[in-house]
Amino acid sequence: MNHHDAITTCIPRLRRYALVLLGDRHRADDLVQDTLERALQKFHLWRSESEIRPWLFSVMHNLHVDQYRTQPRHLDPLDTLGFELSTRATQEDALTMRDLLQQLSQLPDEQRSILLLVAVEQLAYKDIARILGIPIGTVMSRLSRAREHLRRIQEEAAPTPHLKVMT
Amino acid sequence: MTPSSITEHELHAYIDGQLPPERLADVEGYLRDHPEQARRVLAYRHQTDSLQQMFEPMLEESPPNRFHRPQRNPLALHGRWSLAASVILSVSTGILIGWLLRDAQTQPTGAGDITAFNTANNATTHNTAALNLARRAAIAHAVYSPDMRHPVEINANHEDQLVTWLSNRLGVSLTPPKLSTLGYTLIGGRLLPGNDGPVAQFMYHNAAGKRVTLYITHEAKDDKTTAFQFAQEGPIGVFFWIDRGFGYAISAGADQQELGRIAVAVYDQLPIK
Repeated sequence: MNHHDAITTCIPRLRRYALVLLGDRHRADDLVQDTLERALQKFHLWRSESEIRPWLFSVMHNLHVDQYRTQPRHLDPLDTLGFELSTRATQEDALTMRDLLQQLSQLPDEQRSILLLVAVEQLAYKDIARILGIPIGTVMSRLSRAREHLRRIQEEAAPTPHLKVMT
Repeated sequence: MTPSSITEHELHAYIDGQLPPERLADVEGYLRDHPEQARRVLAYRHQTDSLQQMFEPMLEESPPNRFHRPQRNPLALHGRWSLAASVILSVSTGILIGWLLRDAQTQPTGAGDITAFNTANNATTHNTAALNLARRAAIAHAVYSPDMRHPVEINANHEDQLVTWLSNRLGVSLTPPKLSTLGYTLIGGRLLPGNDGPVAQFMYHNAAGKRVTLYITHEAKDDKTTAFQFAQEGPIGVFFWIDRGFGYAISAGADQQELGRIAVAVYDQLPIK
């Protein structure tokens, strides 16, 4: 697989991560485009024996920190995403998704992104440490806080039967 | 929060399938002895599963117009793009065309630390849902089956109540299958949180005290059906399948053969009407 192909296969994942970071489809695609450009420029820096996906995520993370995070958000976080997801789900699923998105949007950015990297991207903790440029101990404590935070939000927000753990 | 023998780090690694195999038995033993921690782990697993299910369809989305429209209206560009845009587009067109033609290899398995055999060749979303089902069933088994005092919410002495209650909550007529020919009798049942509405768990035991749980979901909204599959999560074996919108999983600390016999008995008495 040449490097173009390798990068290509990661684009849907990069878009997804960008959308969770920014909550706005248009800016997310800007970030993806910038990431692709930067990745092609810096391709010589990628050590070819390692996996390309964590490297691309670290390129995106750095761009996000340097250029995007400082810009004010102009949309309700994840609102666009919620709309798009709901169009492909049944009504009941859509409600559940909206709940979850709403709960997710209450988390601080760093907790939301770590949940995505761990739970959805299923990246190794050591790769996540490299992507975010933090020690692995910080990855773990952030993950622990994120999961507990989301659990609290879910327990408080939804006394609905399907979120209540029966005792 | 956790005793020194099992760290918080290890509990998360267990959830995420990143625990070294030699620690698996210790963590599972710890969870059996600490139901509160086990419930927390179960809640985190549900979080993980629902996040995966929510975000997975995004990988199949068609790309936005901006990526495959080479002639763009320059007035519509963001300021910082302008001249650079045409250069970037020429470089990235190859990538983006590749993206349009991308194949299914980019789909995640979603399998986590579960090892599934006999899975379909095409790792579809549907199969991921089945693997999630198996994992949730295995965890629910690990959490509730060792519980000596409250393994179920309604016990089998009140089977008619159990049937009415579960049927009302799941919105379908649900009668626990009889497994007496295999030596298992019903202990009772409980409701559990699913990704999308409640899930029923029936628990059975045999004369030796071995417990088997049957986990039934009504979350699949389509009519798809999967083959019988077997997965092993730590000491717990799971037989699972999806049949006309219902997901079934049989879990026990039993070998594949014994679980298979139980699965066939359940299959013969279901599907739910």
